[in-house]
Amino acid sequence: MSSSIESLVNKEYAYGFVTDIESDTIPRGLSEETIRQISAKKNEPEWLLDWRLKAYRRWLTMTEPHWSNVKYNPIDYQAQTYYSAPKSVKPLQSLAEVDPELLKTYEKLGISLTEQKRLTGVAVDAIFDSVSVGTTMKEELTKVGVVFCSFGEAVHKHPELVKKYLGSVVPYSDNFFAALNSAVFSDGSFVYVPKGVKCPLELSTYFRINAADTGQFERTLIVADEGASVSYLEGCTAPKRATNQLHAAVVEIVALDRGSVKYSTVQNWYAGDKDGVGGIYNFVTKRGKALTDAKISWTQVETGSAITWKYPSVILQGDNAVGEFYSVAVVNNKQQADTGTKMIHIGRNTRSTIISKGISAGQGQNSYRGQVKVLPKAEGARNYTQCDSMLIGNACGAHTFPYIEVANNTATLEHEASTSKIGEDQIFYCKQRGLNAEHAISLIVAGFCKEVFKELPMEFALEAQQLLGISLEGSVG
Amino acid sequence: MSAEGGRLEVNDSLLFDASSIAPASQWPSSFILKPSSAVMMLKITDLHASAGTKEILKGISLTINPGEVHAIMGPNGSGKSTLAQVIAGHPGYEVTSGTIEYEGEDLLDMDAEIRAQAGVFLAFQYPVEIPGVTNAYFLRAAYNELRKARGEEEVDPIEFLDIMEEKLALVEMDSTMMQRSVNAGFSGGEKKRNEILQMAVLEPKLAVLDETDSGLDIDALRIVAEGVNKLRRKDRSTIVVTHYQRLLNYIVPDYVHVLAAGRIVRSGGKELALELEAKGYDWLLEPVGV
Repeated sequence: MSSSIESLVNKEYAYGFVTDIESDTIPRGLSEETIRQISAKKNEPEWLLDWRLKAYRRWLTMTEPHWSNVKYNPIDYQAQTYYSAPKSVKPLQSLAEVDPELLKTYEKLGISLTEQKRLTGVAVDAIFDSVSVGTTMKEELTKVGVVFCSFGEAVHKHPELVKKYLGSVVPYSDNFFAALNSAVFSDGSFVYVPKGVKCPLELSTYFRINAADTGQFERTLIVADEGASVSYLEGCTAPKRATNQLHAAVVEIVALDRGSVKYSTVQNWYAGDKDGVGGIYNFVTKRGKALTDAKISWTQVETGSAITWKYPSVILQGDNAVGEFYSVAVVNNKQQADTGTKMIHIGRNTRSTIISKGISAGQGQNSYRGQVKVLPKAEGARNYTQCDSMLIGNACGAHTFPYIEVANNTATLEHEASTSKIGEDQIFYCKQRGLNAEHAISLIVAGFCKEVFKELPMEFALEAQQLLGISLEGSVG
Repeated sequence: MSAEGGRLEVNDSLLFDASSIAPASQWPSSFILKPSSAVMMLKITDLHASAGTKEILKGISLTINPGEVHAIMGPNGSGKSTLAQVIAGHPGYEVTSGTIEYEGEDLLDMDAEIRAQAGVFLAFQYPVEIPGVTNAYFLRAAYNELRKARGEEEVDPIEFLDIMEEKLALVEMDSTMMQRSVNAGFSGGEKKRNEILQMAVLEPKLAVLDETDSGLDIDALRIVAEGVNKLRRKDRSTIVVTHYQRLLNYIVPDYVHVLAAGRIVRSGGKELALELEAKGYDWLLEPVGV
């Protein structure tokens, strides 16, 4: 590997600053008492506390899964802090009441919550550590009946919707990390788009971990009612810290008949330094359920985290339902990612598409793990899977673990895979045309990821491309 | 460099006897009169270069003036392509001794992209594929890097379309070509034409064509050669690296150099190429012990 590629792949993480703000933090450790404290702080109704406690009791009986292709030191769940909130955040009437320190934090991250500078056509919910600090564009959304607020607010204002859909796609018993999240989740975003409404704005949630040794356990629930559609984007960053921090989120999506949800993620949690010290452990459960003629589309650009364990999936329950998964996952230095999707075909003529682009640099290990399952009643189900890996340098790895189970012989499945390497020849060719090595690598990688980037909302496609360039600096471009 | 100094150096540094072929009276008038263009385009002095532990170039000296076309010929393995790559700055070769001056500057001190920005262009023998990046995007990125280096404004995609239209005609390429990924899935002939298209757009001062004729059928050869000829200018120098004489029927060189075992064993005018065509390389190689 040439020195030019090496220096590129080792760029600094630009979001590693810490905001100095007073926090209301509960003591470390996890017990029923912790959960009661969290629930009390959020002034939750009894049914939700019960649900949390059931999840906790279930979690106690479960063991941490170790089937994935990632290695890490044991996590001490009693050493974590499960709730931290900036002190100044009370229920806010308007963004004007948001602590200026917080607004500055989001400005630094390139996310403006103030009226003037905000991205047009995008509503933002900002989650700082455990709580939502502000949601923009609420009025515009209210006019068309779209509910977009923090999860905590939804519990109070729309309890019937939360009660109906919470855990309906990812039950608290689903897996170890989902159970943990169900027990201790602090906040997250809630979206409800009523029947026949096409949400006029892109909805966006920005997650920021600030406090030290604090896990972030957000829970997002998105419901598109019959014939409704919405596009949602989440972004994530965290300060640089030498200790590993745990992030175990759950995202549930429900698309009722003819409903459509497009969920895009740009995940840039702190990845640890070049020696693998620090970084976020990102164990996330994301799943959607698509009913008749409904469509759920996941697009993810995963560049951060020391460990990524995440499989955004679609249960294609109704006839003609469509599921899509477009993914770019980048690992550099000592990052490890085990990510992919599950497409479960239940209804007739259900269709799914999987496009996965894995980029490995430095000593990074990148695994694609995907399951396509066709159940007996899924007549005419179709899946197309394409899995491409790109290697930068000689010390990294790319792995592919496809699982295919078909119980209906009318199904059609295609699987394509490729592995390529950014060569000195490609870089020299670009340099000979006047592009420097950094520009060359970002161009080559952008070309490799093109099929995924074109799925991102336009406002974020460019950002994602730049982010990719930064992630690869000093290892890959 | 003063006008006199420049002119003197031109004569002094001709390390092969070319004065009989191109007497000063035939030099372009601008070459004599303008001090700036009196600077040599390229001056290679006793160049040694290796790939790994193997020495490939063993003392090359060569001077090229603005507007000249030099053909580098020679048998396989003689070091022709290595010379082209070393001029362009390929990291796979190490220059162990000797110098290359480009417009009076130390070329070996420049990174490959700086050389490109300064006007050095290499048409690759094996053009590289970049999947997912359109020809249009790639070429505009390169074009803008060169403009930036000259302190000029970048052009937007719409302006660039106009520039492209004229250049595409030069190599008889269709505009749909611009929307295809760089060289991906191109035929051999398309790749070579694409190189000449890039040369036409980037307008180099020194163009090095590395076996641009290899793998071309006669029609593609004609198109590529005509493209190169249309790009001939009195302030642009060209090095044509080729194994065969046939390309030189179309691109007529001012000088021909024969490379063997990493050295120039013979230099002459265009008739040397014809002599090689008739007699092969052996008669030149034996006397020098290759």
